[in-house]
Amino acid sequence: MNFSDFVWFIIVIVKIIVIFSAVLTVVAYLTYAERRIGGFIQDRLGPNRVGPWGLLQPIADGLKFVFKEDFIPAKANKFLHILAPAIIMGTAIIALAVIPFSSSIQIGKWKINLIISDIDGGVLFLLAIGGISLYGLILGGWASNNKYSLLGALRSASQLLSYETTMALSVLSTVLLFGTLSLYEITELQTANPLKWGIVKAPLSFLLFLITGFAETNRVPFDLPEADSELVAGYHTEYSGMKFAMFFMAEYTHMVVVSSVITCLFFGGWQVPFFSQQYLINSIGQIPAFLLSVISFSIKTGFFLFFFIWVRWTLPRFRFDQLINLGWKVLLPIAVLNLLFTAGVVIYA
Amino acid sequence: MGFVEKLYIPAIINGLKITLKHLFGEKVTIEYPEEKRTYSPRFRGRHVLKVDENGIIKCVACELCEIACPSFAIKVVAKKSEIPGREREPEIYEIDYLRCIFCGLCVDACPCDALHMTSQHEWAITSRKGAIWTKEMLMERKKNG
Repeated sequence: MNFSDFVWFIIVIVKIIVIFSAVLTVVAYLTYAERRIGGFIQDRLGPNRVGPWGLLQPIADGLKFVFKEDFIPAKANKFLHILAPAIIMGTAIIALAVIPFSSSIQIGKWKINLIISDIDGGVLFLLAIGGISLYGLILGGWASNNKYSLLGALRSASQLLSYETTMALSVLSTVLLFGTLSLYEITELQTANPLKWGIVKAPLSFLLFLITGFAETNRVPFDLPEADSELVAGYHTEYSGMKFAMFFMAEYTHMVVVSSVITCLFFGGWQVPFFSQQYLINSIGQIPAFLLSVISFSIKTGFFLFFFIWVRWTLPRFRFDQLINLGWKVLLPIAVLNLLFTAGVVIYA
Repeated sequence: MGFVEKLYIPAIINGLKITLKHLFGEKVTIEYPEEKRTYSPRFRGRHVLKVDENGIIKCVACELCEIACPSFAIKVVAKKSEIPGREREPEIYEIDYLRCIFCGLCVDACPCDALHMTSQHEWAITSRKGAIWTKEMLMERKKNG
């Protein structure tokens, strides 16, 4: 390993640490935001006792989870019971690897940007990882040795399977428009002009992706796997302590991932509206431009995170047959037609 | 339903508008230990044994409250009174607040207006014995003697 490789290695490690800790902090405070916003929407105040405005609440929650008994039911498959939350949390975090959080800066010969690995098939990678997280749900339900958990897991599996197809098709039509699978390139191609963003070019894809995004993250109105207001939490009924917290954090990490992907595909990612990155670098310097791109990305993603929470406290849940009907009979045909239409536009226009 | 209604999107947007309005709306939470709601003057809280203008207990130990009590929370034992013009006064007057249901029938039953209920309802006990309030504890304390 020569010096140049070594520096690159250090850069990647630093990027991983920065992104990982930033996202986990966001996830911790999402649980706080969820309860606080939920409280406000219901004319309550929400948690406001731990620290100023209740800002230390996530730390208190974390401590509580750590000190709770980590219970494994009798005759449960111990190995799989432990593996399931690891899979679901692991896949949620790995998906962050291909998301471009910022524009790049040139330092010497190194081009640095906040994307852990800019692989060519970033979008494919995301869809594949999303598919693997399904194993976490099914194994969690199956390994608990509880028939209701297993039923809950099967219900989740059929939901995720129905909506993954539509999600892939809606992503595919944006990929057709931009002609690349790399999220960084898609972001660059959208430029700072909002009229060139994915939302304008493919509004229907955006709507489909948003709906399936809700389904993939198991959020209301598609939170049948969990159904926390009437059923006993489905596949993770038999989990307690930190293992339960892993499922919980995975849900919020998924929210961050889906919000980031929506931002990348449809809202110009880290592009600052109306000011192209080149213009910003020339006028205010490289590092402020870089920071501005991070802020731009955070604001856009933050809006969608808020939107997720906002919808959760507004809409009721789908019935199971309505959910499957919507998935297979409505969304899938629309997604296929949308894809065909986009393909036609790409070829003939 | 027309086609637009069947899409549910207008309904969803309406719902989101309503929740957004409430997000910034006035909150109804009363932050309890710092902030307390005002109760009705007829609130039925802990009892008090009234005293007259000379600071002498009004109760004549007729035991009507004990009879009226549906949950057998009151125990009255009478003794011969040394106060001139009085025949009886309570030697023991105890209310067991683990039994009391705060129905107020004892107050209704009292012929001498000697038993009232206050709005106080916040107190803690650490033993079953602590729930039994004696005559001295229940007696009204006049300000400045």
